[in-house]
Amino acid sequence: MPEVALRAEGLEKRFGGLRAVREVSLDVHIGEIHAVIGPNGAGKSTLINLLSGELGATAGSILLRERPVGRLGVHHRALAGIGRSYQKTTIFLPFTVLENVRLAAQARTRGGLRLFGSPERDADLNANARAALDQVGLSGRAEVAAGLLSHGEQRQLEIAMVLATEPKIILLDEPLAGMGTSEAKAMIELIRSLKEGRAVLIVEHDMDAVFSLADRLTVMADGRVIASGNPEEVRRHPAVRAAYLGEEGPP
Amino acid sequence: MARGALTSRLVAVALVAVAVALPFFAATYYLQLASKVLLMGLLAMALNLVVGFGGLVSLCHAAFFGLAGYVLALTSPPYEAASIWITLPAAVGAAALAALVIGALSLRTRGIYFIMVTLAFGEMLFFFFHDTRVAGGSDGTFIYFKPLVAIGSLPLLDLEKARTFYWVVLGLTLAGIALLVVIVRSPFGHALAASRVNERRARSLGFPIYRIRLAAFVISGALAGLSGYFAAAQFGYVAPQMLGWHVSATALVMVVLGGMRTVTGPLLGAAILMGLEEFLRASTEHWKLLEGLIIIGLVLAFPDGVRQLFDMALKPHAFPALRRMRRPAVPREAGNA
Ligand SMILES: Nc1ncnc2c1ncn2[C@@H]1O[C@H](COP(=O)(O)OP(=O)(O)OP(=O)(O)O)[C@@H](O)[C@H]1O
Ligand SMILES: [Mg+2]
Repeated sequence: MPEVALRAEGLEKRFGGLRAVREVSLDVHIGEIHAVIGPNGAGKSTLINLLSGELGATAGSILLRERPVGRLGVHHRALAGIGRSYQKTTIFLPFTVLENVRLAAQARTRGGLRLFGSPERDADLNANARAALDQVGLSGRAEVAAGLLSHGEQRQLEIAMVLATEPKIILLDEPLAGMGTSEAKAMIELIRSLKEGRAVLIVEHDMDAVFSLADRLTVMADGRVIASGNPEEVRRHPAVRAAYLGEEGPP
Repeated sequence: MARGALTSRLVAVALVAVAVALPFFAATYYLQLASKVLLMGLLAMALNLVVGFGGLVSLCHAAFFGLAGYVLALTSPPYEAASIWITLPAAVGAAALAALVIGALSLRTRGIYFIMVTLAFGEMLFFFFHDTRVAGGSDGTFIYFKPLVAIGSLPLLDLEKARTFYWVVLGLTLAGIALLVVIVRSPFGHALAASRVNERRARSLGFPIYRIRLAAFVISGALAGLSGYFAAAQFGYVAPQMLGWHVSATALVMVVLGGMRTVTGPLLGAAILMGLEEFLRASTEHWKLLEGLIIIGLVLAFPDGVRQLFDMALKPHAFPALRRMRRPAVPREAGNA
């Protein structure tokens, strides 16, 4: 059994009367991609927000390699090794691509908040930032303002930023949303490469991508987990076929 | 780009040289005015660390400015000069402490709420000095002697001399600029800017936003206190108005007028605003109306601040619209896009 990097147990999130997430338990393993799928409003983004600390759970626990992190704020969890992307691209639009990634590298560096010196002249930071840009294929765009990138490039940049923080666990919320076919293809290969030495949790609507990437799947509907297992098991699961995949079924 | 940087450095050196030499050709009245401009400029630059670089509009910086002035007034003995070595750290320390407390509470809010909360805290301090007998209540209190700069019984500088006072203030202003430039360029400064541009992303990268903002707020409050200490010494008088929102708002106007994205923009804003006031007051009775119209005009003409003018003159290639005006369109070199 591969090492569990992140474990959620009995997670619940209420928004007033609405239980957006209820009794959700799942494990994300090092070296694996764990996909969470489900119809709109199923609670997938809310789940990611609970795991990254942006929302506090109303019940349940979150363990980061057996260490409870449910009470830690977002930046503490980030420093503990959780990196994430957002459903809606969340980057520093006015800054250049390189600056964006350098900030990400800076955030986890000792002395990342020094009151003197210059990140621009910091060889280590620049090297780390460039390496992350290389990995997503954005090296040629380093000096461009992030706001001027295409949508697909912005999504790549967001992944590069996550990588530059050197996370152990990566949470991706619909990384393929709004991408063209060729862009999506490149992104899928990029995501596949992320699981090397890391645990990846991905929320995605593109079923082809999900079934080609996922080592493990969790299906949510109305805040609950209705099925989980490896892709084959989930594909055959009757509740999934009925509630989510429709009659046709996945490819 | 390199040529632009060199020219702007030369312009800066020339400006500093003129500022240093000012006492040799300007009358005392103008020296005092220049000291006032530098001190208000220092306050505005301090404020701009949180407003322009941190994206937090604070309306309580006059409280730090005035509090430091009051500390000087309260720690000055009645019949002799106070030692600067004791009163200055006390004043700046008090301002920093006030900024720590007010910042710690108000930085839990965002946007318009932050503005209102800082305004409320500023007014609390105003009414504290206005309504209690601590230092003359609403009448304020006098500071009869300028602080003593001496080692043992050996006087180093005589701040009573307008010239010396001006040079000291000039030195502090330049030191303030240097400090702010270093901070803005530092990793801390980049993190502060990141939290302004996209707080959520900055936080999920691992930046402790609250602590970063609080640190900026305290540094900014301490610098505002430094300015207030010398302003009180210069006027020889402190009154509650010094802590009021009116001063905070004036500093904010200087920030917007001069330019929020540069360290020295607010100093230029202070010079323009106070120079304008000086000139208009002497020329017409309706100077406030005229002043208001001119400020509105300037802000509309230079949305990024008047300091932008310098950059336009020195680095025209950085302003595409300007470039288009000057030269006919030239096709870009291939591969340069
Ligand atoms: N901050 C909030 N306050 C109140 N309700 C919320 C909040 N965030 C999400 N919800 C509700 O919780 C439910 C789950 O939302 P969530 O965004 O997690 O769904 P999702 O599975 O990510 O959907 P999608 O596929 O459309 O992104 C929805 O009914 C949504 O309206
Ligand atoms: Mg979602």
